Amino acid sequence: MAQDQLADFRAEVREWLAANFPASLNGRGMAIMDAAFSDGAMQDEAAQWRARLAERGYGAPTWPKEYGGAGLTHPEARVLGDEMAKVGAFNPIPMLAGMGVTMVGPTVLEYGTEEQKRRHLPGIASGEVRWCLGLSEPNAGSDLASLTTRAVDDGDSWRVNGQKVWTSGADRSQWCGALVRTDPDAKKRDGISFLMVKMDQPGIRARPIPLIAGASPFCETFFDDARAEKDDLLGPLNEGWSVVKRLLQHERQSQTSAGGPASGPTVTIQEMARKYVGTNERGELGDADLRTRLAKHLMDAAAHGLTGERITAEARGKVEVSAAASILKNSATVVAQTRAELTLEMMGHQGLGWEGDGFTSGELAAVRGWLSGKAMSIYGGSFEVQKNIISKNILGLPETTQKG
Amino acid sequence: MAALTQEQTLIREQAKSWMTEQYPVRKFREMRDSGNPLGFSQDTWQGMIDMGWSGILVPEQYGGSGLGYQTFGLVLEETGRQLTASPLFASAYAGATALLVSGSDQQKQDHLPHIVDGSHIMTLAIDEGPRHAPLQTALRAERKGAGFVLNGTKTFVHEGLAATHLIVAARTSGSVGDDHGLTMLIVRADSDGIARNRLSTADSRGYANIGFDHVEVPADAALGEIDAGYASMDAILDRCRAGIAAEMLGTASQAFDMTLEYLKTRVQFGQVIGSFQALGHRAADLFSAMELSRSCMEAALQAIDGDADNIAELCSLSKARTGEFLHEMSNQLIQVHGGIGMTDEFDAGFYLKRARVLETAFGNQAFHRDRYATLLGF
Ligand SMILES: Cc1cc2nc3c(=O)[nH]c(=O)nc-3n(C[C@H](O)[C@H](O)[C@H](O)COP(=O)(O)OP(=O)(O)OC[C@H]3O[C@@H](n4cnc5c(N)ncnc54)[C@H](O)[C@@H]3O)c2cc1C
Repeated sequence: MAQDQLADFRAEVREWLAANFPASLNGRGMAIMDAAFSDGAMQDEAAQWRARLAERGYGAPTWPKEYGGAGLTHPEARVLGDEMAKVGAFNPIPMLAGMGVTMVGPTVLEYGTEEQKRRHLPGIASGEVRWCLGLSEPNAGSDLASLTTRAVDDGDSWRVNGQKVWTSGADRSQWCGALVRTDPDAKKRDGISFLMVKMDQPGIRARPIPLIAGASPFCETFFDDARAEKDDLLGPLNEGWSVVKRLLQHERQSQTSAGGPASGPTVTIQEMARKYVGTNERGELGDADLRTRLAKHLMDAAAHGLTGERITAEARGKVEVSAAASILKNSATVVAQTRAELTLEMMGHQGLGWEGDGFTSGELAAVRGWLSGKAMSIYGGSFEVQKNIISKNILGLPETTQKG
Repeated sequence: MAALTQEQTLIREQAKSWMTEQYPVRKFREMRDSGNPLGFSQDTWQGMIDMGWSGILVPEQYGGSGLGYQTFGLVLEETGRQLTASPLFASAYAGATALLVSGSDQQKQDHLPHIVDGSHIMTLAIDEGPRHAPLQTALRAERKGAGFVLNGTKTFVHEGLAATHLIVAARTSGSVGDDHGLTMLIVRADSDGIARNRLSTADSRGYANIGFDHVEVPADAALGEIDAGYASMDAILDRCRAGIAAEMLGTASQAFDMTLEYLKTRVQFGQVIGSFQALGHRAADLFSAMELSRSCMEAALQAIDGDADNIAELCSLSKARTGEFLHEMSNQLIQVHGGIGMTDEFDAGFYLKRARVLETAFGNQAFHRDRYATLLGF
């Protein structure tokens, strides 16, 4: 991509943002999204902002225009992100669409029929249709291929029976991408298909499960003679395993960043440390042990960031999902979880609040973030599963044959 | 690997094949077993000079190729892999850097062409105690006429026996611990009053403790500013940190490759040991640490070539992160090899011993974590 072309694009984006981003929303991304999640909708100017983004295709900017995207190249999309961050703007659509923008959409783009793309993608790209993913089951977690939820072809439609668990957003979604067993006699991975199921029907019940961080972002989802259209199978029959492998690569890629959604000017962790811990006459943190660990953490974070940049630079031009995703996912997890632990530690008693008076909103958010962040090493292929992937797929080490 | 130019790719390939075919670890073993007091063999060094590597940092006007720090890093990675012993780092990297950062035109003219052709071996003499602490410099240089008289001691000077010239950090005013009052001086290693004592070290390379007893140098010995030499000294040291990190990553990468190979071939309990998950996960951790360190190492060298404004930060990051990885990798190299790893006949011990020397040089991991914290304002 020629640099001046990018510069033209940057100018175009700036102009568009100046005309369309409501200044009153500046830096309020997180708060607005939180409110949208509890009320179920965005209000006033935030709703207007969503509509403008959607109209322009900027909700899922790299998707083709005919499916609701803006057809941007990746460098252009980065420019868009940079320019939005500069004016304190945010893109609410990926969050509103649940698993739609990050995972389901890219997989539909790859495996869907033309008709499926036209039917499903625009709703995701505009943030109006939310998707959940029904993969995990009570007895199929890391060993996902042992899932038992059944789908039977009864002539006009698919009939689905079974139970999913940890289904994020199932109680607020209109659609579910479900992994179902379509051939119980085939080998574990061969009899699975990927089915798109409408959530609003009598055969589906989603029961929220409260989590340690307080909220209930995920559910147990019961399928009791639920129905799915015949042409809502994504990819070929009984080849759902390849579809989901691809989908999980998209998930891993979307989780390789250690930072959260931008929400205006943030305090660096070192500034926070100076404030809570205090400094000695040399200007160093009063707690020498914490100081060393904080330095080590910031080095880890820098190494993670530089590795992301290096891998992007090396992969430039190639569309293939990098084998490095597992390395980056684990290092993002370590950086984020360590950061949360250090934050709590430096806050001392102030980092132990649950709600109410006596704590600032930042302190309370730190506690909730620390708890919800523990999930990072569990979902999207656990920390240990990523290491299995690195040792087997990248390093070529064999699997054990040892029994027991 | 960041995108390399064609020339860089060529140099890396040449270095790799030269090092592995002509100067593999076996050569280092022969050198050690011969009891060579210099810690390198002359023909290895001459071979490197012939390859043009002693001129990588030196601008063309002084007889070098001026290809820069990233390019030199590629060669250092390969010397690190095969533990190739020579004054390449001490003289053509560190010595040349000192002249490039602080040298007058005359000093560059006097020395750089000789660094390139190998007739001068120039080395830094900074540390005076067991740990890297440039501000603790106590060696005194007092004015005498237009020149200086030096008294004090330098320790663990790289290639201290082979060196023809020492680049000495001296205190011309102030007291130990002050950043003001430091001056760098170029001192001929055969000057009257210099006593060089060879150190026999775990890594079998060439180091010396050097005593200065009323050593007189002329006025033009001063390299850079008098009394205000600390900033450029730190800049020189940063470039050394970034360079030695490249060598360290090479050493650690070779240790990784040896370990991975063994994981795939050693059979116990009827299967290769790499199939045990505990070892598979360890390999995954080490591989990840290697990739993360590489990013830091490359970023630091790139920042130097690009004259970025965060060189100090990146050099501490690079030295600390590659140090951590090399430390762990060199231990795991022994552990994963079991008993054979403990034998002198196998090369693992060479890597372990070399690792600690490299970690200690120019500030260990703790030094750079402390420095990083200070640079980031806490
Ligand atoms: C916040 C959150 C949101 C989620 N959202 C969704 C969702 O929207 N849709 C969905 O389908 N699922 C979702 N999940 C589920 C998630 O994918 C599973 O939790 C994950 O796959 C792990 O499965 P499990 O919980 O059954 O743990 P298990 O697989 O039982 O793992 C237990 C422990 O054993 C370890 N382990 C397992 N196998 C191995 C092995 N081979 N080698 C070494 N160690 C191993 C694991 O690392 C872990 O430490 C979500 C989970 C969380 C926490």
